[in-house]
This record gives sequence, C-alpha cells and structure tokens, in this order.
Amino acid sequence: MTVTPLGIPRRLLEFTIDGEPVRAPEGSTILDACRAAGKDVPTLCQGDTLTPKNACRVCVVEVEGSRTLVPACSRKAEPGMEVRTGTERARHSRKIVLELLASSVDLSTTPKVADWIKEYEAKPDRFGPDAARLDEEPRVDNDLYVRDYDKCILCYKCVDACGDQWQNTFAISVVGRGFDARIAVEHDAALTDSACVYCGNCIEVCPTGALSFKSEFDMRAAGTWQESEQTETTTVCAYCGVGCNLTLHVQDNEIVKVTSPHDNPVTHGNLCIKGRFGYQHVQNRD
Amino acid sequence: MDLHFGDSKPTDDERAAVDALLGPPESSWEGAARDEMQAADLRWARGGRAARDRRDLLLPGLHAINDRIGWISDGALDYLCRRLTVPPAEAYGVATFYAMFSVKPRPATVLHVCTDLACTAAGASDLCAGIEARLGPGSGVHVERSPCLGLCERAPAALAIKAGEPVRTAVSAPATVHEAVLAASAPDSAREEPPAALAVPQAGEEELVLLRRVGVVDPSSLDDYRAHGGYTALRRAFELGPAGVIREVTDSGLVGRGGAAFPTGRKWQATASQPDHPHYLVCNADESEPGTFKDRVLMEGDPYALVEAMTIAGYATGAHRGFLYLRGEYPRALRRLEHAITRARARGFLGEDVLGQGYAFDIEIRRGAGAYICGEETALFNSIEGYRGEPRAKPPFPVEKGLFGKPTVENNVETLVNVLPILTMGAPAYAAIGTERSTGPKLFCVSGSVDRPGVYELPFGATLGELLAKAGVRERLRAVLLGGAAGGFVRPDELDIPLTFEGTREAGTTLGSGVVMAFDDTVPLPQLLLRIAEFFRDESCGQCVPCRVGTVRQEEALHRIAERTGAAAAEDIALLREVGRAMRDASICGLGQTAWNAVESAIDRLGAYK
Amino acid sequence: MRKRQPKTYTRLTHPLVRDSRDEPFRQASWEEALDRAAQGLARNRDAFGMFSCARATNEMNYVAQKFARVVMGTNNVDSCNRTCHAPSVAGLTAAFGSGGGTSSYEEIEHTDVIVMWGSNARFAHPIFFQHVLRGIRNGARMYGVDPRRTSTAEWAESWLGLNVGTDIPMAHAIGREIIRAGLANEAFIERATTGFEEYKALVEPWTLSLAEKVTGVPAAAIRELAHAYARAERAQLCWTLGITEHHNGTDNVRALINLSLLSGHVGRYGSGLQPLRGQNNVQGGGDMGAIPNRLPGFQDILDADSRRKFESAWGTVIRPHYGLNLTEMFEAMEEGTLKAVYCIGENPAQSEADSEQAVRRMGQLDFLVVQDIFLTKTAELADVVLPATAGWAETDGTTTNSERRVQRVRRAVTPPGEAREDIEIICELAARLGHDWKFADAEAVWNELRSVSPDHFGMTYERLAEHQGIQWPCPSTEELEPTYLHGRLWESDPAGRGRLAPFGIVLHDPPVDLTDERYPIRLTTGRRLDSYNTGVQSGSFASPLRRGEYIELCPEDAERYGVVVGEEVQVSSRRGAVVAPVWVDTALRPGLAFMTMHFPDEVDTNQLTIEANCPIAGTAEFKASAIRIEKLPVATIVR
Repeated sequence: MTVTPLGIPRRLLEFTIDGEPVRAPEGSTILDACRAAGKDVPTLCQGDTLTPKNACRVCVVEVEGSRTLVPACSRKAEPGMEVRTGTERARHSRKIVLELLASSVDLSTTPKVADWIKEYEAKPDRFGPDAARLDEEPRVDNDLYVRDYDKCILCYKCVDACGDQWQNTFAISVVGRGFDARIAVEHDAALTDSACVYCGNCIEVCPTGALSFKSEFDMRAAGTWQESEQTETTTVCAYCGVGCNLTLHVQDNEIVKVTSPHDNPVTHGNLCIKGRFGYQHVQNRD
Repeated sequence: MDLHFGDSKPTDDERAAVDALLGPPESSWEGAARDEMQAADLRWARGGRAARDRRDLLLPGLHAINDRIGWISDGALDYLCRRLTVPPAEAYGVATFYAMFSVKPRPATVLHVCTDLACTAAGASDLCAGIEARLGPGSGVHVERSPCLGLCERAPAALAIKAGEPVRTAVSAPATVHEAVLAASAPDSAREEPPAALAVPQAGEEELVLLRRVGVVDPSSLDDYRAHGGYTALRRAFELGPAGVIREVTDSGLVGRGGAAFPTGRKWQATASQPDHPHYLVCNADESEPGTFKDRVLMEGDPYALVEAMTIAGYATGAHRGFLYLRGEYPRALRRLEHAITRARARGFLGEDVLGQGYAFDIEIRRGAGAYICGEETALFNSIEGYRGEPRAKPPFPVEKGLFGKPTVENNVETLVNVLPILTMGAPAYAAIGTERSTGPKLFCVSGSVDRPGVYELPFGATLGELLAKAGVRERLRAVLLGGAAGGFVRPDELDIPLTFEGTREAGTTLGSGVVMAFDDTVPLPQLLLRIAEFFRDESCGQCVPCRVGTVRQEEALHRIAERTGAAAAEDIALLREVGRAMRDASICGLGQTAWNAVESAIDRLGAYK
Repeated sequence: MRKRQPKTYTRLTHPLVRDSRDEPFRQASWEEALDRAAQGLARNRDAFGMFSCARATNEMNYVAQKFARVVMGTNNVDSCNRTCHAPSVAGLTAAFGSGGGTSSYEEIEHTDVIVMWGSNARFAHPIFFQHVLRGIRNGARMYGVDPRRTSTAEWAESWLGLNVGTDIPMAHAIGREIIRAGLANEAFIERATTGFEEYKALVEPWTLSLAEKVTGVPAAAIRELAHAYARAERAQLCWTLGITEHHNGTDNVRALINLSLLSGHVGRYGSGLQPLRGQNNVQGGGDMGAIPNRLPGFQDILDADSRRKFESAWGTVIRPHYGLNLTEMFEAMEEGTLKAVYCIGENPAQSEADSEQAVRRMGQLDFLVVQDIFLTKTAELADVVLPATAGWAETDGTTTNSERRVQRVRRAVTPPGEAREDIEIICELAARLGHDWKFADAEAVWNELRSVSPDHFGMTYERLAEHQGIQWPCPSTEELEPTYLHGRLWESDPAGRGRLAPFGIVLHDPPVDLTDERYPIRLTTGRRLDSYNTGVQSGSFASPLRRGEYIELCPEDAERYGVVVGEEVQVSSRRGAVVAPVWVDTALRPGLAFMTMHFPDEVDTNQLTIEANCPIAGTAEFKASAIRIEKLPVATIVR
C-alpha cells in the first residue's frame, strides 16, 4: 500500500528532424523534440505551463506527407515522421507571420522578436503606411497592472491561464471576431467591474508585454526600467501556509516585479494577488 | 463555480425567454428571486459537474434572448450565465462571435440584405442603398449588409427577422426596395415564399435521385414521405446491421459533398470502431459558402429524407444522439425540420425504440447564428458546445475526439441524403452512376448570369458546359466561379471541364460544394474579388495570425489595385501571392487555407489586373 | 464606492526605547536597546515567555526556542499557531503521533472525493485551491461544509450550510451513516485503529434526522456526503480555521479524523487529511520546537531520551514539563506570574480574541520587548522595540509549508536603516545573558537543527535547492520518502504498523457565546482574498478588491434591520461594540453575519469575539460570537 506512483513509463519514438534521427518520449511535441535536439524554432503563443493553442503559427515546420505546414508546438511526434524545420516553405510562412504581426501590433517589448525579424528578413513596412493596426490605448484602470492591447498578438495564453487551465476565474475572453477580436472582460467593462481577482497569472504568461505590472509600465514610461540591472531571487511567500515560491525582481533595492518558477511543484508559476502584488510593505522605508 | 455577476438585472421578458428554454430556475443560486426561495436553499446547494455540464445550452439560450428581444443585454446575458453556470466573460465572447447577435441595443427588426456575389451581380448595391434610404434611424428596422443568404437562385435577397414571441421572419427574394421594406415592416403580411420546388428547375423529372421528392411530396407529411418510398432505406439498414450499412456505403464510393470529398464509408467505419463512447452524429447544415443553397432546398423540400438519413448514419456508427447544426439564416428549413423531427418522434421513427428495432436515436437541432467558420467541422463542435466557433487543431480528428471530446461522425446534408439511394438501390447500382472515381449523383447550385438558376442534379461526369446549357447561360459570359468564395474561377473557354472531383482537380480548380456561378461582363471583376476578400476578412474567426491579419492585408492590397493594372498592380500582386501562400500553408483551418484561392485563380486564369 | 485604504505602516529603521510606558519612544543605539532588553529579561528569568513568529524562518524559530529553553530556562515559547491551527496539530498528534497534514498538494489532483470543511481555500489559500481545481478538472467531486456559501463552496457538487459550531454533530452523523450503510472500511479499522466499538456507540444517537435538527442541513445532504466520502476509492479531507477556531477545536479535528479512520482515507497516495495552514511557517515554527510541549523535530519534551539528546547537544538542562502556551501565558500575565515577554513578529494586541483584554494584560507586564519590522499595536505597548528584517525577502533560511515541504527563503533586498536579522538580534541578547552562540549564517543554524532532528536530517540546503523543497520526514540524505504520511498503518506486519490510531471520543459542545434575544445574530469570521491577518503587511498594496471592513449580512437581515449597503451600524457583543458599515452578501442566511480581522485600525472585530479557549490547544472561538446590530441615531452612509 505504500507504493509511490511514478507515472506510466513512456515509450520512445524514433523519427527524423532535418534528416537526423531523433528519439523522443511518446507524447512529446515536435517542438519538444526540436529543442531537445538543439534546433531553434521560434515560438510566441507557446507556453511551458499551458496546453498549446497553436494560434500564432510562427513555429510551423514541414512534415513529409502533410498538405500544409504543421505547428511544432502542438503536433505530437509520430514514429517515422520526417520533420524539416528550416525549409524555404516554412521560413516563408514564419517571415509572413512576423510581418503580419509586426505591421499590426507593437512588438517593442516582445523578447527575441527583433532578432527573428532580422533572421527571416521580414519587412513589416511593406504593407504601407495605411495598413490597419490595432491602435489601442493602454488600459490603466487599477494600480496593479496595465493592459496594453496595442501589444496583444491574441495568443490566448492569458485567457487560458485565467480560465480552466489554471486560475478558473474566467475574467477574460476573446471577444468579437477576426481582426476586431480583442481580449476583454464581460460586457467589455473595466477590470474593476469584472471577475478579475488580480492574481496576475495572465501577466506571467503574456509573451509580448501587453500585460505588465503597473510598476514596470510606469518605469518604462519614465525610462527607468533596466532589466539588465535587475536581480532575480527566489524565496517563499509569507502570506499563508501554502508556501508559494516567489521570484523577486529587484532593481536598486526595490522589488519591481514578482514571478514564480514555472516548474515549481507548489505554484506551477501561478500566484495570488497577495503573493504577486503584496510586497510593498517591506519597502515602506520612510 | 464562483462566478462574478454585475448589478445588471434581466427584464421580465428576458427572464421569460430564458425560462421558456430552460424551465424555471430551481434555486436562488440559479437565479430565482431570493424571496421565492425555500429555506432549504440556504442550507444545501447543488452544483459541481451537473451544473457545469449544461454549457451546450448557451447558444440556444442566446438565440432565445435574441429572438424575443432582438438583442442581448448585460442583464439578460448574466441571467443566462447564472442559469447555466457559465462565466459571463466567456458568454460575452461567444455572443460577440456571431453576426446575428447584438450586445448593443437595436430595433426589434433586423433586415439582412445580401451583398454577396450572386446578389451583387443582381444589383444588390442599388437595392441596399434604396432600402437604407427608406429604413433609416427611427424606422424601427436595423438594416444589416449580410453575406450570402443562400437564396442565390432568387437574387437579390433580403431576410427580415422581427424579434418577439414568437419571432417572425420574412424572406424577400428577388427583392425590390418596396418589397424588402414591406417584409421588414410587417413580416406577418409579407408574401409567402415560393415553394422549394421552384428552386429546382428539373423538379418532377423521372431520372432525379436526390431531388426526386422535392416538389412532389408534401414536406410536412410523414405519410406522404412514406408513400414516396420514405423509410425503406432505414428498414434496409436494420436488415443489414451497422457493419452491413457501412459496407454498402463504402462500396458505393460515396465521398463527402461538403467540399473535402473524404470517403464517407471510411469515416463511418473509423467512428464506429472507436472504443470510446458515446458516439455522436452531427449533420452539418451550416450551408454558408457563398453561392450554395442546395442543402436548404433539400431540407425545405424533403425534410424527412434528412431525418431518415441521419437515423441510418447514427445506427451505422453507434450514435444515439444526432445534432443537426442548421444555418441561422434558414428560418423555413428550421420550421420544416422541427416539424419533421416532431412527427417522426411521435410516430416512433425517432426515440427510444426506432421502428421497434431496439435502437434509440434522437435528433436535436442547433441553430447557427451567423458565422461562416462554423461550417468547419471542428468549429461547429465548439459552437454546439457553447464555445466560440473557432476551429480546433487536427489531429485529433473528429472520428476520435469530436463533439464533447467523443468519437463523432460529421456529414453534410447532401452527403447524408445520398445514403438513402445507396441502401435502396444497392451499392453496385449506385456506384454505376457517375464516373469511376466520382460516383453517384451530384447537386449543383447554379446562379448568376443564367436564365434558370437553381439546384441541378446531374450524374458526376457531366461537363460544365452541359450544366450551364441546362440552366440557360446568358451571353457575354466572362467567368464562372466554381466552389464558391473558397473555390476558383474558370474561363468561358473551359466549359468542357468534367464536373467530377478528379476532373476539376486536373483542370487546376475545384468542385467544392457544387457552386457554379456565372458572371457576364457587366460586373467589374475587381469588385467581385474585393467582395470575396471582404467576406473572408469578416468571417475569419481571428484565431490564427495568417488568416486574421492576412485577410486584412489582402483586402487592403485589393483595394489599392481596384483601379490599377499591369505594372501598377504588380507589386501588390506579388504581396498578395506571398501572403496568400503563407495563409494556405500556415492557417489552422480550411478558411484561411482557401481564402486566397478565388482571387489567385482570377489573377492566374482570368488575367485580372493585367 | 469609496476605496478605503487601511492604515499603512512604515518600516522600523532604528531601535526604540523608553523609560516608562507613559513616555513616547525615542531612538536609541543598538547597544543601548540590547542592553536594556537584556536587563529587562534578566530580572524576570523565572517569569518569562517567548512569542516566536510563525512567519519567520525555521532557523529563527529554532534559535528563538533555544533562547527560551537554554538562555531563559523555560519552555514558555509559543506562536500565533495558537490562534489558528494548534488544534490541528493536537488532534493529528493524538491520532497519529505527528502534527502535520498527511497528504501533499499533488495528491489532491489525483483523488476522487475532496471534502473542504470549514475552509474557504479559494480566498485563504488560492494556490492550494488551484490544486483542488486540477482535481476537480480530473474528475474529483468536491463537497463543501461551511455555514456560508463561499467561493470555495460554489465549486462543490454539494454545499452543506451547517449552523456555526455544529461540526461534531455533522461528523458524527456522517460516521454513523457510514457504519449503518455498511460502508466502513473494516479491514483498515481492524488493522490500524483502536476504539472503534466505543466510537460506534458514541455516534449511534446521531441519526440523520437529529443531525438535521442540530446542524440545519437536510438529512439527504448529509447522507449523500457520507456515502460519497466512504465509497470513494481515494478521498481527501481538508479543513481550515472553521474547524479549529472553536472552544473545542481539537475535538472538532478529532471528529473529522475519525471519518478518515472509518473509511481508510489516510496513509495512502491520494487519501489523506490536509489542514491548511494560515501562516507561511506555522508548520515550521512548531517543527522547530517553538511550541511549549515539543523540542525541535516535533520531539516530545516529556520523553527523557529526547531531552537527553538536546541537553547534551545544547549543554543545558531542559525542564521536564510542558511550558505555557500563548493563551496560558496571557492568563499568567493576568495572574502576575508572567512578567516579561520577548515578542518576535507577532501582533497579539490585534490578533487575539477579545483584543481589549489582551492589550490590558500586556500592559501589566514588567517588561516587554518587541522585535518587528513595523511599529505594530503590540510594539506600541513595548519598553524596547528592535527593528528586524522581513523574513521572506530580507533573510536567508527555510520555511515549511502546509504539505510539510521545507523550502529555501532567500535575501533579495537589503533591509532599511539599522534593521538587523532576527537571529543576529537573538544571539546578541543571548550573549548579553551569558550564552555566546556562533552561527556563521542561517545554514549553520539549519545544520545544527539537522543534527538534532532526524526528520530533517536529509535536507541539506543543497538538496532543498535541487528539489525545490523537500517534505519531511526526510531522514536520509540519499532518498526521498513518499509524499504522504502514515503508510505504516497499512503494513500487514503489526510490528511495522507502530502505534495504532485511536478514534477520538468527543462530544458535541455548542458555541459558548449563545445567541438570545439581546444578541440574536451569530457572527462568524474569516479572511478575504486580498488581505492577510491584521492587515499590517497586506494593507500596503493598492488592491482594487479591497473595500475595508464591513459587517456582512444576508439581504433578509438587512431588510429586517432597515439598513442598506454602506450604512454604518453599531455591532455589539457581550464584550464590546464597534461601528462598521453594512455589506449585503447572499452567501449568508438570516441570523448569520460575517466579518474579518483585516482592518483592526478601522474596525476592531476582535473586540467582539470571545476568548473561549480550547482546553487542549488553547485556540479561541473566533468563529462564533453572538452579536446584535443597531442603527445609529444619525445615518452615515460610507460610499
């Protein structure tokens, strides 16, 4: 009766990536296998704590026998699969996806995207000065975090984190359709009139900085945000007995942001309002 | 679930609309007034799985409110959410997904005026302008420019929907400004729509198979249906057993008529053999491809045939529940099918013990609400389940994880009704119709520049020219659009293309859903192409980047070159090609993958912008 | 609605002293403050009590209890675990010999039935509740037992809204139904428990219909819960302060544990008991011996072998009897037998039930030294105030969470002004009192603890980092133990089973503070999502959810008393009265009101609560007071 379950052993699948044989545990995605093999495939909407949504399509690769390109982030590896990550066809789609995104939203705070734009020779300006953009103003309706949907690539990660994958608060949803689709709370109201509980788990997964701590937003606006000068220290939250791990981002001895390790067995990267935002008291220094 | 509700309250009407669908609330937690509540309510509350499992009633609930009130207020939405334990934000996301719903106040009557391809060719622009001039603000009618209403044989068309109890609808087609305004102002006194048979120029002809009963039987009479051979196929199915039915369907060579042409027998076999249960049957009657109206004609003219065919499909694949997902813009088909299902149930053709054979099967109708994307099979599942109608990633395929995550067979209306002749005449006789690789009869929706538009039934293998000749193609033919907005244009000198899957494929085009739309040179091609691009931009669900932004960039480019040709258009055509290629390669579903097909074919085949 | 910000506290940056309680504080040097503190303690060596901090690190708690036992020669050391979960520790210890929750968070994701009893984890333990939600998404059925239909209860298959303080009747009726329906796990009862026959006789009178009368919950609902819990292959029973903050909290805990013994829902993966802890280190504080009856590693003071081990390790003599717990220490202040208190990081002036009494008692002390990061209400009463560091962000060390997971805390920011780390301050005081301890750093303290606590021996700092925390027991530096406790009870070899688990023979005893015509409303208390305890820490961030303190009533009561949302009313109990605005919450029912203790500077809820203590654990009955509500002569609406 005292056996600790170890999980069902997983079989290894054999297939090829760019002609080289690889082995991956059953259930792995192509992306898992690519990363294990040291292949760089760009991703935006993929999140390590979330079920792949495969919405951005920047991770597409070619799979022999498939009519269309396939998203590496969600497609499970199959035995005998022949995957090609760097073909002209795959690179073309990635380039266009980057152009489409960069021409419609502000990617200035999206990590790595500038490098990819260079690598894929994407030219977002080619759609002309009149190309439709989201043109959203930042929504600052509370003191904890800001929603700047001009930076939103509609990756669905915040919706998934707020919804049944983690928080189960369901404060936000994709609203409307097509290019007019946006992330919004019910009746498109202010956050303060919504079901939001300010856990900030949406910020944790946002890949573009569309969602950010108010502290980060304000410091960026003031030009004082210096990520390179920040330290990250993981400690334990003091607000209840659950023992959530907090990673404190500190700049000039001030806590400016709080995250949690995504592989932590207690939090899986999630926190509540107190753990995420309740740090101010230690720095009420005068 | 700990849902959050604002202060908005439903009106009595809104509450009544929801309660009419769901029954009165059982507790104050579900929305009953607190003073009506028994004390026990404050001591014991049920919830959990049972409460969360009613999400699929969200779309019917939204319809109930919209039908009664004409729009969906905050208070109404919150009340519906409370009844169904659905988070209001998600319900809001669903309500705003569909074009037929409004979350802002609007007049009780909405007049949908079709501005799509066939209607544009028939003068929809002037019609629209005329109607809008008459029905301005204060008229009590909200005029909505609409994608294809599936009334192409009577273009231009308009559909009036007047909210109330009950909701009233009126179709005006071919519409004049006067008649459309009349239909909108007094739907009750509008002229009765002509019978479905008028959309079938061949009606009554001996050799018809699929359209045999349209215009012949009384679509409201089960007995008349039976008197014309109805329910002999189901009886044959019970004799064959599920495996026997699947063998017949497989041997018949039947492939899906929705556009993808997947072998139906293989799909049924794959579903039937899934160990996971229950299995579901879904009939895709969300006929939204511009230029397509054959399913509407079948459902309006021979509704029991679909009921019987669904019963057979359910029997063969081990499903006991069938969902009929019907286009929201088809009020008459809805009435006919509701009636047919009720009658069939009353007479033991549906229910716990179909034909006394110990097989239980029933059909639920679910109405779409104005979203082309819901014709995509997995988007349709999401729509039924009460989520936004966004396609899912495949694999897993529906036969494995479909509706409610269970093995599901999904077929379109025309595919299903083909099963009846397969069983009555036998697979070999059926397979003898048509060509070797495209067997059986096929329905074509002919519209545009022809004298006798309508649904035509021809065996596979007839040429495009033969079909157009039957329909009385007019002079000065400039182009023919095959397969609808997601299809492709062909030239007037290509009329010898055989109308088979393989024939069109060899000719570098597609049969799609059977749309054959003829255009003469009175309509400028760039205007049609713009309309197509606009259609896809409007109908993209927004989930994936190539389609969400790509359709916008393509429309912008087509705007820029609307008046240009040659070198002046070259740069934008290159851009269209590059974006189109990524859309085709990298979009999640068929919508994005095919959105550029028609424009590309116009450039390559017709020499548009040259 | 007016967003009311509670009082914001500013960090202490310098030691504060004063010569008499009438004077204001003045800044002092560390030397002066420490000398004064040492003198104050030295002259009260025989009448000393240590309030250790359930929010500070294990290392600090270890040093604090060592200070009490070695420097001051007393076992009078306790922490605020007394005000919350001491009954859980006492109850679990009585049944299983160990005071920790028996399961892990991960297990609740893989269980079949979850019972949340007196726990609004959705608000009070949000990330634990995410594990519960995972379980629910994986197919588990959750049942909620709570007087209020909380956010937690809204997720339940079935919510049972019992009368406050009727948990034992509910539990006994469930037990009886399990037995009567033939659903008791006879093999487990036979193998692993004692006292079943007595228990069976005890619960026999608690028929479903009697339980319905007493608890107010329909018999069918109780029956359903009984069957669901007993029939589940795996089940988790979780509770929080709704069970423990009663005058008979330990009995309540025992009554719940009985159900797990009856059904065999303990000692297996996915089956267990989880008391959810309120403070980040209330588990660790007890584990470190910062409680009056246990030495570090939860070793019993009455056990001579254990004492001997510590005596030789510490070079001292350990008194062979239990010390006073927090509640008893307060009583001893009243009697004058406790004269000096060293209070580290606690705020009893606001957190104790009947707070007026607590303040008065501390005022009678000869000497009070408070070590904190803020000048709390308690610190305001002190003779010497020592500025400390925030354990979780400014020091290194470890804390132990509700699933017994010891995790590293790390210094991320530099403390302000002259603030010093707790351990350093305690050691300075120890030195002045004749004990020169040398700890190079927190790890050195930890390694000393490891050397005396077998359950922690295997947890080196290196391993703690590698595994992102390790659950105790961890006796080996090579292996990890199962995630659950008491697997031994399932051993087929009787020798391996150890001490069998006794059923708790506990009787129903309704709340002390009875409702009557003068005080007709039952007031219960709890937490809100965005606030914490007395609000000293949580008050400083701008929560959009925060609306200050309210007296929450059901719509029917609001109508009966003719009051509206925001209207200030007088709330009185037999002990005191406060003025608070009204909030209307449909989760309540007529005769039941709710308040929190998050805003004591605005509305001191604990003036209303009763200091009726659990005789075993000393926890007060925060969850059940009798109150009345009166309109104010001039209506004030807070908007």
